[in-house]
Amino acid sequence: MDMTDMNAASATTPPGRRQGEVILDLQNISLRFGGVKALTDISFNVREHEIRSIIGPNGAGKSSMLNVINGVYHPQEGKIMYRGQERQRLEPYMAARQGIARTFQNIALFKGMSVLDNIMTGRNLKMKSNLFQQALFWGAAQKEEIAHREKVEEVIDFLEIQNVRKTPVGQLPYGLQKRVELGRALAAEPSLLLLDEPMAGMNVEEKQDMCRFILDVNDQFGTTIVLIEHDMGVVMDISDRVVVLDYGKKIGDGAPDEVRNNEDVISAYLGTSH
Amino acid sequence: MGFFLETLFGGLMAGMLYSLIALGFVLIYKASGVFNFAQGAMVLFAALAMSRFAEWIPQWLGFESLLLANLLAFVAAMAVMIMLAWAIERLCLSKLVNQEGITLLMATLGIAYFLDGFGQTLFGSDIYNINVGMPKDPAFILEGMFEGGVMISKEDLVAAVIAALLVVVLALFFQKTKTGRALRAVADDHQAAQSIGIPLNKIWVIVWSVAGFAALVAGIIWGSKLGVQFTLSLVALKALPVVILGGLTSVPGAIIGGLIIGVGEKLSEIYLGPMLGGGIEIWFAYVLALGFLLVRPQGLFGEKIIDRV
Repeated sequence: MDMTDMNAASATTPPGRRQGEVILDLQNISLRFGGVKALTDISFNVREHEIRSIIGPNGAGKSSMLNVINGVYHPQEGKIMYRGQERQRLEPYMAARQGIARTFQNIALFKGMSVLDNIMTGRNLKMKSNLFQQALFWGAAQKEEIAHREKVEEVIDFLEIQNVRKTPVGQLPYGLQKRVELGRALAAEPSLLLLDEPMAGMNVEEKQDMCRFILDVNDQFGTTIVLIEHDMGVVMDISDRVVVLDYGKKIGDGAPDEVRNNEDVISAYLGTSH
Repeated sequence: MGFFLETLFGGLMAGMLYSLIALGFVLIYKASGVFNFAQGAMVLFAALAMSRFAEWIPQWLGFESLLLANLLAFVAAMAVMIMLAWAIERLCLSKLVNQEGITLLMATLGIAYFLDGFGQTLFGSDIYNINVGMPKDPAFILEGMFEGGVMISKEDLVAAVIAALLVVVLALFFQKTKTGRALRAVADDHQAAQSIGIPLNKIWVIVWSVAGFAALVAGIIWGSKLGVQFTLSLVALKALPVVILGGLTSVPGAIIGGLIIGVGEKLSEIYLGPMLGGGIEIWFAYVLALGFLLVRPQGLFGEKIIDRV
């Protein structure tokens, strides 16, 4: 990569440290709902430690793609290789157990619960005590709670939401809710983080904050991130590689600059003159 | 004054008994967002299991100890309730993931009728009794202050203490443990709960088991008071105004709601009754709940869902 024509945002991420192994390899994925083809023969991979973006116009199949990775949808055709092994059909909760965390396009927080409790749920998988231990060995379970609470506080500090720690999330402004959702995903210490439009509906300032958090997560924890985003400026700035979908088909794949100059991509976004 | 206190205590303790049943509704609603119409049927089912096992187990094993019979019957009845929870999840709820609340409500209505019948098929349809050694004689307190003292029922007092304990335990469970948090998470958002690694089916079995436990405790207490018979499933109707008043999502709300309804019923019967021609106790709770719905639909302690639009 050439440092000279990189802009400010991508300069914060050191070149060279994102050359990990392929962690997730999607091969010829096709997904149909009845007669509607959501995804057709899509292949791409995700390397460890990189920020991989999926872009495309509305209805291109971006969220469907994320839902396939996360186990919500089961593609009719194609193979998913995760950490070098072919992945069998799995449910979302099993994906979470394999270290895949995600956020949702329409915020899916636990509205009645406080910020703290919401992020704490992200630690559930890491907590070992079972129902009977919780009932019979109250002390040990409490100790475990406290240990995990410390981790959660780290996440809260990291995302700078200390002052709303006890607020029920339903009462927070949209931008902060998105941040809490990211916090819940981070609390699980995922190796693969799926973000579905983390900046949708945000103002410029909130977007900048969110960009900073995403880059920091990637940088400090080495978390691999797959990102769906509509803001082209953001995508081009923070991504290592970009996949472009249109009508459920892949029309571009590569570094931001390659994608930006791809004819098919330009026509998908701007329309073509015939 | 002594008479007023007597009525008040009577109301408080009757209220505690309503709370015990309301608790079952709250548990399932809190943890799966379903209003469980089958709660009353579960109370009857659990009480039937308890009373019959207490009769059968000494016969099978050939001993006479009442205490041992009750203990074993309790364990056996709990096992039955857990199996029931598992069967309900497997045969019914697992097919209805992500369905509308009304669909789930109808499903619980079906479960209610099924349980009413199935319980009587398994355990018989006569009137049975549960004898866990509840004290039946009344006690008199404050004899120094009022002539003759204030009469309270020891049975109700014991029941009230048990109900209070149960509430404390369940409130701690929901607030302080990871399973409690997972239950609340599932109630709020199925999809998000799954995405952080919470398996829905396991959670549902736990919830219905806990509700089964609450039904068993309520069944034992009500059953030893009224006898185990079909009408036991109707006491659940008494708990409806309680949950409306206290809030469907609040465990402490179930208690406070129960107390208000209990006291309100008794006091209104005594002091308003003569003016309105009596018989107030039967409908008073519902009118109170109706008034509450107009002013505060989420109940006293329920979560007010604030949606940003």
